[in-house]
Amino acid sequence: MLDAKIPAGSLENKWTDYKGHCKLVNPANKRKLEVIVVGTGLAGASAAATLGELGYKVKAFCFQDSPRRAHSIAAQGGINAAKNYQNDGDSVFRLFYDTIKGGDYRAREANVHRLSEVSGNIIDQCVAQGVPFAREYGGLLSNRSFGGTQVQRTFYAAGQTGQQLLIGAYQGLERQISLGNVTMYSRHEMLDIVMVDGKAQGIIARDLITGKLERHFGHAVLLCTGGYGNVFYLSTNAMGSNVTAAWKAHRKGAAFANPCFTQIHPTCIPVSGDHQSKLTLMSESLRNDGRIWVPLKQGDNRKPTDIPEEERDYYLERRYPAFGNLVPRDVASRAAKERCDAGYGVGTSKQAVYLDYAAAIERYGKIEVSKKGLANATKEEIIVLGKEVVKEKYGNLFDMYQKITGENPYEIPMRIYPAVHYTMGGLWVDYELQTSIKGVYALGEANFSDHGANRLGASALMQGLADGYFVIPYTIGNYLADEIYSKPISTDHPAFVETEKSVSDRIATLKGINGKQSVESFHKRLGKIMWDKCGMARNAQGLTEAIAEIQALKKEFWSDVKIPGGINEMNPELDKANRVADFIELGELMCKDALNRQESCGGHFREEYQTPEGEALRDDANFMYVAAWDYAGDSNWNLQKEPLIYDVIKPSQRNYK
Amino acid sequence: MTWKEVFTSSVGKKLVMSFTGIFLILFLIVHAGLNACIWANDGGTMFNAGAHFMGNNVVPRILEIGLFVGLFLHIIQGLMLEISNRSKRGTNYAVSYSKGSKWYSRSMGLLGTIILIFLVIHLSDFWLPNRAHQGFLLGEEINLYAKMQEEFSELWVVIVYVAGCLSLGYHLAHGFQSAFRTIGVHNKRYNAIFSCLGYGYAIIIPLAFIMMPISFYFHWLN
Amino acid sequence: MEHKNINLTLKVWRQQSTVSKGEFVTYQVKNISQEMSFLEMFDVLNEQLIQEDKEPIAFDHDCREGICGMCSMYIDGKPHGPWQANTTCQLHMRAFNDGDTITVEPWRAQAFPVLKDLVVDRTSFDRIIQAGGYVSVNTGNAVDGNSLPINKNDADASFAAAMCIGCGACVAACKNSSAMLFLSAKVSHLALLPQGDPERQSRVVNMVAQMDKEGFGACTNTGACEATCPKEISLSNIARLNQEYLLASFTSAE
Repeated sequence: MLDAKIPAGSLENKWTDYKGHCKLVNPANKRKLEVIVVGTGLAGASAAATLGELGYKVKAFCFQDSPRRAHSIAAQGGINAAKNYQNDGDSVFRLFYDTIKGGDYRAREANVHRLSEVSGNIIDQCVAQGVPFAREYGGLLSNRSFGGTQVQRTFYAAGQTGQQLLIGAYQGLERQISLGNVTMYSRHEMLDIVMVDGKAQGIIARDLITGKLERHFGHAVLLCTGGYGNVFYLSTNAMGSNVTAAWKAHRKGAAFANPCFTQIHPTCIPVSGDHQSKLTLMSESLRNDGRIWVPLKQGDNRKPTDIPEEERDYYLERRYPAFGNLVPRDVASRAAKERCDAGYGVGTSKQAVYLDYAAAIERYGKIEVSKKGLANATKEEIIVLGKEVVKEKYGNLFDMYQKITGENPYEIPMRIYPAVHYTMGGLWVDYELQTSIKGVYALGEANFSDHGANRLGASALMQGLADGYFVIPYTIGNYLADEIYSKPISTDHPAFVETEKSVSDRIATLKGINGKQSVESFHKRLGKIMWDKCGMARNAQGLTEAIAEIQALKKEFWSDVKIPGGINEMNPELDKANRVADFIELGELMCKDALNRQESCGGHFREEYQTPEGEALRDDANFMYVAAWDYAGDSNWNLQKEPLIYDVIKPSQRNYK
Repeated sequence: MTWKEVFTSSVGKKLVMSFTGIFLILFLIVHAGLNACIWANDGGTMFNAGAHFMGNNVVPRILEIGLFVGLFLHIIQGLMLEISNRSKRGTNYAVSYSKGSKWYSRSMGLLGTIILIFLVIHLSDFWLPNRAHQGFLLGEEINLYAKMQEEFSELWVVIVYVAGCLSLGYHLAHGFQSAFRTIGVHNKRYNAIFSCLGYGYAIIIPLAFIMMPISFYFHWLN
Repeated sequence: MEHKNINLTLKVWRQQSTVSKGEFVTYQVKNISQEMSFLEMFDVLNEQLIQEDKEPIAFDHDCREGICGMCSMYIDGKPHGPWQANTTCQLHMRAFNDGDTITVEPWRAQAFPVLKDLVVDRTSFDRIIQAGGYVSVNTGNAVDGNSLPINKNDADASFAAAMCIGCGACVAACKNSSAMLFLSAKVSHLALLPQGDPERQSRVVNMVAQMDKEGFGACTNTGACEATCPKEISLSNIARLNQEYLLASFTSAE
């Protein structure tokens, strides 16, 4: 039975009480304790740096050439914190409440409240590190508003907040490396966890330059390896983002929680052809001024600018008059899919809708005209002035759109379509962020704990840094305090030898298949199955089919994959094959989880469970639980349910009409 | 940080180039100003008076030693930097990158070497015979104006001088602004001022020098 | 928007490992959509090579949205290819015409040894940061974020320098293979903020020393780095570094 180890006491005192009573490790003993950190994004880099500062011996691993490349770097919008600098009524409780509600009541109260409590410290810490957040003319920090909230609590650094925060954490990490507290292993990939007496005691990693397998001992292993959105092949994730480390832990006994909870972001640049390798996000902020529409007529092939106003369907404004174009991500995504499926999509692929700035340009132009006191401005002059304002606000996003599509978004409406962006599910962890394997922890997007069934904008960065800077340094001590009695295990221990052998056997098997189809082609096919049948809308029939198709694909993969190059050398195809093999297994589990969850909530939309108006219909009586899956051999999982208990918040139906 | 560490670092070496470069820029103003006396068109009286002061007064002669030290440092450090920088690429590109910078910015070593060769010729034309005549101490000088007339009656000498001064112009077009960037001028407006000054200087000073042999060759002076 | 499909000849640097000798190999790719990114065109080529039982070309890439700094191709004589303020992953095939021959080389610098084909080792950049590119503040020591107002212009200038993605294009473009633009972006980022003030001297001195040790060349202010930088990091950052260095050398406590 899963025990979330949530401390007793009132919600607002749980974390304080925990910190006051958890076990500590004295400085002399910290030096003897080794911690392995896998992944160096926001969660990993902040955890490795902080544990290094505390005096633990840390080994950090990343598959990229430098820790600074982790995909946290691509986050655009910002990071939330309950600072209430704007005096607009924000508080720790409000941030907690918004996050729980935004997650459609599928997250743990205690974890989310702790996240809100430490959110302010994150901003302080980052400022102290020299993160150049946007500032007002008075020199104080600036805030912007984001979806799903009524206060301004998002801190940002232009459209590159993730980059700036990651660089801050990375610099902290590099400092610890220079001080000798952290050893960095870049271009290394974790391929298995080594277990001794039911506890994690190290990992097997592969040096991606030489292809050699290495054994690394650690008293604890922190998995900070991000999300698994790439199971869909096309997503906004980086090409290298993968589930492998988390999946290895899962196969060694760590439960995988809510795997089907996937966030589909509504404003991405649509797929332009079969060659497409990844999707690019257009910031959510564009929905502040843009209007989303499709033609009223099915299959209308006219140029968007030739379609008159009365023949356009501003479907978000029509369906959700109260929130209009600013409905939450999951709602906006589904509405776009509904229109495209009904045959109203635009562009060559017909899988896109328009995001139109013409009205905003005119509106801003008119404001400029009145500001400047131009009495008889012509329509052209108004448009010119309006374009200047839009350029100042969104110029870099418009430029990016133009680079990718070759179209000028100032003249022609942008084409957008939803794309996989974030995975709320992940390794099951308790309050201490420990997975169901003793000594293995999961931080950041790799765990499942804080976002429920849907994540609010600007909360991913907050969670990654909260876990790394402020949670794990306390909770890991509580575990390691008892580990001071266990001597480091030699890497010649049979457990290391056996685990390494199983890893090298698997690599040899993969390489030995010598089939005909490339790894990429399998990944694409898996992505298509997942997107079609376990994507924005799911149903029992589709999911059942998908499971069968994935099982067949898995068989085909293990009998016909073709991996060129050798084992003991740099071989990106082999690296990819290892990852895709795990994605295939994960895909099956995601479909099973989606099939099991017979309700619609947040990012999980089951077509059978919707209101007459087509909105998500939750079933709190039967599904108010975390679905944690235990691996039980090939294509076999056992479900454990962790009930979600709401002591403070009363779940209600979300309404944006 | 010791001074040794400063001047053996890449930035320190650049500082040496910058300081000596600015020193040489200042020298060129004096040199050009003094030589411009030839255009007084008085048969060299004014020019020779100036030259006599420079060659026969102990202060300029001491400064001359400083000039040689500066020149020497600039040349040696420049050559060493060029050699060291060239060794950092390893394998060369098949297609080289030429769009992002001016050709003369990339060719400071080459331009400097041409100037060095020119300088050897120039010194052995004027400075060396003159100082030899003086016994390398304060003493009787040769008539430098007459010497100029004589030297610049040969076309090939004029061509060598024009080429040398053109190289100097391009060397300065980069060197002037670069020197100020190296000592840390990073303000946008200052940089704009220095780049204007630099281009002006790089045109005016070499042009003045170029006009000297040409003036003699075409007998614009009597 | 009209899109064509084009045929191209690619001359790509192939090198098995750091110690082996490399060479250019010529490939033909056909029917490439101009809507593809440059790296997607490489994906197509690699799939083609796999089907022909040849080894695909190794190249670094990750985010494919111009921010991680992983991609690193030197295309037709310019790092990241012909477009301005752009990374290889954001370069699209619209930049090329049917029948073009494109030469693709790895970053070339002694401090960036080739690992395989177009992949180079850029850990020297990490070691430069280790030498001082940080603020020494342990987690938990921070005062309130708003306790120290920072002039907006300084904060913006600091951000402009901090946008550096550490791709190494500046080194690849520099005739001296100097890392000064990278270095100066970090020095400027921290020198412009009060948080960076206590360590400003040791930072610049140690980072420059590390750059020299790694085998990068010296800066000669040619401006090639600025012209090729995907994030348009300004050359004036180098001048600011020089100033910091000069001040540090005159006021050094030793």
